[in-house]
Amino acid sequence: MTRVHDMGGRFGDGPVVPEAEDSPVFAEDWHGRALAVTLAAGFLGQWNIDKSRHTRERLSPKDYARFSYYEKWISGLADLLVDNGVLCPEDLIGDEYDSSHPLSSRVLQAQAVPGALAKGGPADRPSDVPAQFEIGQAVQTLHPAANRLVDGGHTRLPIYAAGAKGRILRLHGTHVLPDSNAHGLGEAPEPLYAVAFPASELWADPEHPRDEVVLDLWQSYLEPA
Amino acid sequence: MPHDDHDHPHALLPPEPALRVKALETILTRKGLIDPAALDEIIDTYQNKIGPKNGARVVAKAWSDPEFKKALLEDATQVVADLGFYGRQGEHMVVVENTTDQHNMVVCTLCSCYPWPLLGIPPGWYKSDAYRARAVREPRKVLAEFGVELPTKTSVRVWDSTAEIRYLVLPMRPDGTEGMSEDGLATLVTRDSMIGTGLARVPA
Repeated sequence: MTRVHDMGGRFGDGPVVPEAEDSPVFAEDWHGRALAVTLAAGFLGQWNIDKSRHTRERLSPKDYARFSYYEKWISGLADLLVDNGVLCPEDLIGDEYDSSHPLSSRVLQAQAVPGALAKGGPADRPSDVPAQFEIGQAVQTLHPAANRLVDGGHTRLPIYAAGAKGRILRLHGTHVLPDSNAHGLGEAPEPLYAVAFPASELWADPEHPRDEVVLDLWQSYLEPA
Repeated sequence: MPHDDHDHPHALLPPEPALRVKALETILTRKGLIDPAALDEIIDTYQNKIGPKNGARVVAKAWSDPEFKKALLEDATQVVADLGFYGRQGEHMVVVENTTDQHNMVVCTLCSCYPWPLLGIPPGWYKSDAYRARAVREPRKVLAEFGVELPTKTSVRVWDSTAEIRYLVLPMRPDGTEGMSEDGLATLVTRDSMIGTGLARVPA
C-alpha cells in the first residue's frame, strides 16, 4: 500500500549530519546542472508537479535507496520525458537526433528564466466542494493510506498518519488534489487543511506528552472522528 | 495505471550520475528542447540570488515591527510577496512562530518540499533519508544532533509539508538584541533557525 519514498517514522537511517550554513548550494557541479535541466524541461509543459513526484516515487525501491538526491531527479526526468512522449527510448541511447522537435517552440530561453521562476505555479483553485470541517473539529484519516482512484497511485497521506485521530488547525482554501492530478484525471480541487496529531497518536514511544505533528491533508483523506 | 515495469527508460543512460546529466542535457539541447544558457541562468539564480538571506530579512523585520509580524502570521504569502519574495516553491507561504511554550520544526517526509523563494535550495541533510524518516518521530533527538536542547516546558510541533504550503519558522528573538537595526538582526538569523533545527544566534 505504500512506496519507498514514504519513510516518515522509519527506523534505521542513522544520525542526521548537519552542514555549515555557508556550505555550497550545489556540492557538485552536476547537481546544479541536474536541477536546471529538470526545471527547464518542466517548462515544456508536458507534466505537472504531481506527475513528476509520482515518477520519482516509482523508481524501484533498490534504485530509490541507492540513488543520491539529484540522481533521483535526473532519472525521474528521463522517465518523464519518455512516458510523456517527448523522447523515445532510442533518443536516450543517442541513436536519434532530430533538430526539429515539435515542442522546441516552447523552449525556455535564458532571458525568460527570472520571470518564469518568479511566476511560480500556485496550486489553489476555485472549487465547488464545500468545506466539511471546522477549525478545532476532531477528524480521522483514512486507513489504509492509499490512492482511492488508482491502485498504487500517488497520494500525499503518509502511511505513518493512516487511521490517526487529530484536529483541524487551519483551512488553506481549496487546492488541486494530487491523487487525481498525478494521473491525468483532472485537478479535482477540494478543501485542504492543516491537521494536528498528538505524537502519542502516531508513535508507540513519543518523546514528550505535548509534542505534535501537523500534516496538510485534503478533505477526501479525512472523516469526522 | 502506474506502470511498475523494471526497464525504466533512465536505465538507458550512462550509470555514472554526472555523465547521465550530461547525456540528457546534450540530447535535449540538440533537439532544441532546452537552452544551455537558460540552465546557467537557473543555476546562477539559486547559487547567488535566492537563498536564506531573503528569509532572514523577513524574520528581522518581524522582530522589529509588530504590525508587520501580525500581518506575516496572518497571511505570509501576501506579506513576503510585497517584499519581492514570491515564486516557484513559495506560492503558498505560512510562517509559524516559536515561543517559550512551542518550538516549530519543518520537514517533508515524502520528498523535500522547502520554501525556495525565502531559503533557496534545501541543504543536503534536509533531503536525507535520516532527516525525512526521523524528524516526525523523534524531533528532540534530531535537534540534539544540531546541538539544540529544548526545555521540558517547550512542546515541539513538527510540520510535515505534504501539500504545496511552504512553512517558514519565525525563531525567537535572542536576548541582548534591544536597539539593534534590522540589518544587524538579520545577521543573527540562520537558515537552520528558519527550518526549526536551530536557534537564532546570540550577538557576540
